[in-house]
Amino acid sequence: MSRTWRTADVVEARFETATARTLALQFPEPVSSIGGQHVDIRLTAPDGYTAVRSYSVAGTLPPTGLEITVEELEDGEVSPYLVRDLTVGDQVEMRGPVGGWFVWQPSDTSPVQLIGGGSGVVPLMAMVRSHRAAGSTAPMQLLYSVRGPSSIIYRGELEKLEASSPPLPVEYVYTREAPAGEPVGRLSPATLMPRILPPEADPAVFICGATGFVEAVAAWLVDAGYTEGRIKTERYGGTGDGS
Amino acid sequence: MGIISSGFRGRRNKDQPGLPPGQYLTESFPVLSAGPTPRIDTAEWEFQLTTEAGQKHSWSWDDFQNLPQEEFTVDIHCVTSWSKFGTRWKGVSMDTFFQDVDTSHPYTMFSSYGGYTTNLPMEDILNGKAWIVHQFDGEDLQPAHGGPARLLVPHLYFWKSAKWVRGLRMMDRNDPGFWETNGYNLHGDPWLEERYW
Repeated sequence: MSRTWRTADVVEARFETATARTLALQFPEPVSSIGGQHVDIRLTAPDGYTAVRSYSVAGTLPPTGLEITVEELEDGEVSPYLVRDLTVGDQVEMRGPVGGWFVWQPSDTSPVQLIGGGSGVVPLMAMVRSHRAAGSTAPMQLLYSVRGPSSIIYRGELEKLEASSPPLPVEYVYTREAPAGEPVGRLSPATLMPRILPPEADPAVFICGATGFVEAVAAWLVDAGYTEGRIKTERYGGTGDGS
Repeated sequence: MGIISSGFRGRRNKDQPGLPPGQYLTESFPVLSAGPTPRIDTAEWEFQLTTEAGQKHSWSWDDFQNLPQEEFTVDIHCVTSWSKFGTRWKGVSMDTFFQDVDTSHPYTMFSSYGGYTTNLPMEDILNGKAWIVHQFDGEDLQPAHGGPARLLVPHLYFWKSAKWVRGLRMMDRNDPGFWETNGYNLHGDPWLEERYW
């Protein structure tokens, strides 16, 4: 099934930040996704030219829909169209969802630490939503590194989840601009460790962000004694990453 | 033809020869991996080939460096749709490793430091189709890109080019490796778009 292209109707489009937009897609048949999976989106120009990009699924709209959140990449070929031009009522083609590694299964009752940088929060949000939908009792918390408050994707929903019962603990790290009283600066082992589940909890760790972020965080966790085999990583953005 | 997006123009670099279907060109070198980057000391590095008879052929880092080295330039294609043209590598052909190896099994399973595995038929790694490389673009291969040494099988999607490679064993069946059990195609030919199951 995942190899075939199917047509989706764009039924909702909403900006999460100035540069990230969530698209709700509806299909003629049921679609399901495990938190953390991605889909391929294909656009076809009037002359038949096509372009394909992979995007993380942000959440499901059972039984026949799902959402993706797209961050506009400067100089991108596909993302500016998805963020700026596509409108409700348009159609796109999708293949997937795919991926069996960077996924959180609701049947897993062990503690989960999610660590996202920028739009790397998208597949982690799919895990959070799946956790909620399943009524999972697995301890789950999120550490989210952002440039500033205006860059927080899913801000309203995360605030509600923090205030809900049981709450989803969310820690923010502000790299460029912070609300009053909050520190500004890149993530470091000293700022990271006190804000995540400790190694003794042996959490499943999911890290998603730019390559430098993912590489650094994964290495710190290994140094701090987290189980290497419990750390799963994913890097976003096919281009614009000079490493 | 699929659904038309009337406002979409795109870059249409796809008309370029050498670009497989569904791929786009990138100038950068994206990193993809499943977990933390393992730390490997070349003093302890070893590459080991295990045959169906249980015979082990091992190369230390110095042994590896003393094998005939090849420098070559190839295009690489990632299943996530990026392709990069003209990447320059230095390493040892798989043909060299197999010179004194007695095997009749048609498949191999490569394994890496960190636990990654990927399956490859012999016909995809012999006759100048695959290398163990340790330099990219004239520099030692960075850990994030698979250093100190990775497998390079440029005619297949790049997940087949196992980073941090440590060895392979012969198989009589084409058993799936890591990504191949996690949603990706058993073979991975970019020209046939063998991406997923």
